[in-house]
Amino acid sequence: MHPTPPELVIDGSARIDGTPIFGPLRLRIPAGRWTCLLGPSGVGKTTLLRLLAGVDDVSDFTGTISASDGLPLPGRMALMAQGDLLMPWLDVLGNVTLGARLRGTPVDRERAFAMLERVGLTDHAGKTPDALSGGQRQRVALARTLMEDRPIVLLDEPFSALDARTRAQMQDLSAEHLAGRTVLMVTHDPAEAARLGDAINILSETGLAEFPPPHGVPPRPVDDSKTLAAQGRLLALLRAPAIP
Amino acid sequence: MMTRAFTIAASTVLALVLWQGLVTLADLPPFILPDPVRVFETLWKSRALIAHHASITGAEVLLGLALGAMLGGFSAIGLAASPMARRLIRPMMVFSQSIPVFALAPILTLWLGYGLWSKVAMALLIIYFPVTSAFFDALMRTPQHWLDLGRIMGANRHRLMWHIRVPAALPGFASGLRLAAVYAPIGAIIGEWVGASKGLGYLMLLANGRAKIDLMFAALIVLAVLTLLLHAGVDRACRKWLDGKAARHEPA
Repeated sequence: MHPTPPELVIDGSARIDGTPIFGPLRLRIPAGRWTCLLGPSGVGKTTLLRLLAGVDDVSDFTGTISASDGLPLPGRMALMAQGDLLMPWLDVLGNVTLGARLRGTPVDRERAFAMLERVGLTDHAGKTPDALSGGQRQRVALARTLMEDRPIVLLDEPFSALDARTRAQMQDLSAEHLAGRTVLMVTHDPAEAARLGDAINILSETGLAEFPPPHGVPPRPVDDSKTLAAQGRLLALLRAPAIP
Repeated sequence: MMTRAFTIAASTVLALVLWQGLVTLADLPPFILPDPVRVFETLWKSRALIAHHASITGAEVLLGLALGAMLGGFSAIGLAASPMARRLIRPMMVFSQSIPVFALAPILTLWLGYGLWSKVAMALLIIYFPVTSAFFDALMRTPQHWLDLGRIMGANRHRLMWHIRVPAALPGFASGLRLAAVYAPIGAIIGEWVGASKGLGYLMLLANGRAKIDLMFAALIVLAVLTLLLHAGVDRACRKWLDGKAARHEPA
């Protein structure tokens, strides 16, 4: 498909106005795999993601962010941020094809419609975002991110607004589309991490810890006993009181 | 609950009653303040004359508004796009606001003559700053998350401007245009006062000079109604094409 996706390493610490946000830590995001970053709210997961995306200008980061192929990151990644960030003046189709218009490349309407069909929004293509529910808006944002077709994909709680059934479907869809790319997904849902992660990292107030992912190739079946057991252990780890 | 139309009708009647009351109680002669009935009689009798002058003023206002909106729109985009232009031109714009537009009217008449264009220029001058300023401020306040997304998607500055900053700022442009709809007639009237042979401002000045105060008031009422209609029209157009969607959803 594209140039081979690189491995990413972020090594350092971040502060905002002198208050530590995270680190020092070292997170390795293996090439062509799906890495989950799990943790409670407020430990700096989103900051870390925004630093990788090169759009954080609030925090002071000391350290390095590097790709294994030594090439710069801009232009090679897609970001799905926490808010859906849909443009309210564009309809659903316009939002999904925004990337092409911003780059001045031809808009692939056929592919856009195919993507909308995959996220179950074909009938909504002509609607503006304010006519959609939160879950539908999140699916538009997902379709837009998948349309980007980049070797590195950063996802910030991409399925948080979805009901259980849609969430499982969208996870399958994303896993299929993003197979072979370097993916970092921030989430606070242990079930999601256990289902999708080739690698799972827990970020807490005390630092970064690796967690062995369950056996099997993601997306793992929702009722797989090893996956469910891993989800249970992850939740237990997350619930362990943070030592100040 | 009172409907909007009813409220407007009620306050109009109240204003007329107060007007009539003032004339009756203070026993004012018609050459100081004519009563409403007399003014509306004159308005009806002189309708052809007033309509002719109103059409001239209307053309000046609409031309000034259209040109001012265009020029203000392009200026705001230019200023937002270029830090250099901001440093050079913004101080000039602010300085220009310290000059009363009234003071420029004679010069404009000298340059552009007694006809339509000196009034169009006055209307344009008076609305240029509010339009530019409101749109420019909105262009400089694009939500950062949208800009970040655009950059990650690989947009250059021009496409970022055209596809994200301008559409996101249209509600600000709309507030500038709403102000402009009220200011533009003021500009045209100032221009007509300083030197003209047509238009409602000219008619008012003429009527005043010949002690036809009822005609002066009739022209004044027509001017006020035209301004209100213009504002309502611009407001509707802005709601339909400019504000709607962008104002309702700020990104999380």
